[in-house]
Amino acid sequence: MTRSYEEINEKIRKGKAVVLTAEQVSEMARTMSAKEILEKVDVVTTATFGAMCSSGAFLNFGHANPPIRMERIELNGVPVSGGLAAVDTFVGATDCNVQNPTYGGAHIIQDLIDGKEITLEAWGKGTDCYPRKHIKTTISLETINEAILCNPRNAYQNYNVALNTSDRTLYTYMGTLLPHMKNASYSSAGELSPLLNDPECRTIGLGTRIFLAGTQGYVTWNGTQFNCSKPLNENGVPMGNARTIAVMGEMREMSSEFLRGAYFEKYGVTMYVGIGVPIPLLDEDLAHRVSIRNSQIDTFIEDYGHECDLIGKVNYEQLRSGEFEFMGKKIHTAPLSSLYKARKIAAILKEWIEKGQFELTAPVRPMPTGTSLKGLKEI
Amino acid sequence: MVKKVVVSFPADSASRPLIYELIKKYDIKVSIIKADIDGGRGGKLVLELDSDSDHIRQAVNFMKESGVDVTPLEKKISYDDTKCVSCGACTSACPSGALSISAPDWKLKFQPDKCVVCKLCIVSCPLKLFKIEFAD
Ligand code: SF4
Ligand code: SF4
Repeated sequence: MTRSYEEINEKIRKGKAVVLTAEQVSEMARTMSAKEILEKVDVVTTATFGAMCSSGAFLNFGHANPPIRMERIELNGVPVSGGLAAVDTFVGATDCNVQNPTYGGAHIIQDLIDGKEITLEAWGKGTDCYPRKHIKTTISLETINEAILCNPRNAYQNYNVALNTSDRTLYTYMGTLLPHMKNASYSSAGELSPLLNDPECRTIGLGTRIFLAGTQGYVTWNGTQFNCSKPLNENGVPMGNARTIAVMGEMREMSSEFLRGAYFEKYGVTMYVGIGVPIPLLDEDLAHRVSIRNSQIDTFIEDYGHECDLIGKVNYEQLRSGEFEFMGKKIHTAPLSSLYKARKIAAILKEWIEKGQFELTAPVRPMPTGTSLKGLKEI
Repeated sequence: MVKKVVVSFPADSASRPLIYELIKKYDIKVSIIKADIDGGRGGKLVLELDSDSDHIRQAVNFMKESGVDVTPLEKKISYDDTKCVSCGACTSACPSGALSISAPDWKLKFQPDKCVVCKLCIVSCPLKLFKIEFAD
């Protein structure tokens, strides 16, 4: 059998759609075939809550009188982009002021969402049409025009596990890595993770409606560093950092329960973002894909102590167990992305769909195929 | 030897002569690590006393006789669980197992009795939720 988006949405409108989270359906798959799952289930919700550095927000401040063409802009002392017209800016999540490196763009975005006032200071050279040269004022989500979260690369399909074979402690974006492989950290929601449940992005593309930081947002493009060339394991799952999505949403509807400014020691600022993606079960192939379990998802082990060498592989069941054996050693594992929050998101999205508040969208444009990553050459 | 103590004194006791006496009478090098003095309502000092053990013992007795409460310092780690997202970054660094995160609920669990106050969690939490408290 097959099922169309329209059939699913009709059921959603009638409050009759059968929705399960990806964890629930993986459990179901222990005793049911993909065919049986397809017959029973319409939609599967997936989610993740993790550090996503490639995130940010477009803001439009409105014009002062007399107006200023803002060429250098600071928000709470953090320099942000002055390269967008007169009163637009892009706050990058990792923007920061070197004097105070623990507070940055991601914290500004969180503070705005929390309704806080932010100090805006801006300078311009002064032109005939924008005579003002300086302004210092406060802004909040209430006072400005647009506030649009726009994240160029979120929700990595899979991510390498980090450990450290060197003899010194490393402070990385994968957390504190203790020497001699005393710990390993991983950052994926595994069987609950969005792009692991639809590994070829058959249902995720431009225009896919998603849960984004507490509200309904959209997939707006393939994410940057979208990589289709990662090796697959025997279950067809890409190992390591593969596909990504670009997402957008209205900041005024978001909640800091699902978006947080963060600072990794000696690394810098980043942003925790909560994303949930619904997967429509259109056919047996998709029913099979969403049935994937942690034991069937592998990822590479990357040694941050030695130039990020890939030195092995491990699956998410092993990682979740709290330790795994590698090179004759028991290695303590810990997550970096929150499964606790991801589960909350998957449950909320499930409820939205069940209550008829969230319909599914077919991609307007599919994700690219055959992409690989380029490096950067030195001259 | 060096000994850290928490000194709590009531509103009516005078703190300044106290420290003066410690230095003068008992030959103790006193460093104030933390002072929490609430105008008119007494307060709390964390002191580091550096001298030989006899002098320190006598000095502690003297303070107790002067009506202030003296207890040995214990450092204590705490975190703001209302802001915690249960990401697990702190558990990765915690060497004692005091911080853990696991099935079934994957919510951060803190067992203070296991904590060895290594402070690794303070730097490892991306939301900076840990603090060290000088508690008695
Ligand atoms: S201080 Fe050290 S032992 Fe105590 S909770 Fe933090 S990391 Fe664990
Ligand atoms: S690192 Fe901070 S936010 Fe993450 S689980 Fe630990 S206390 Fe909670």
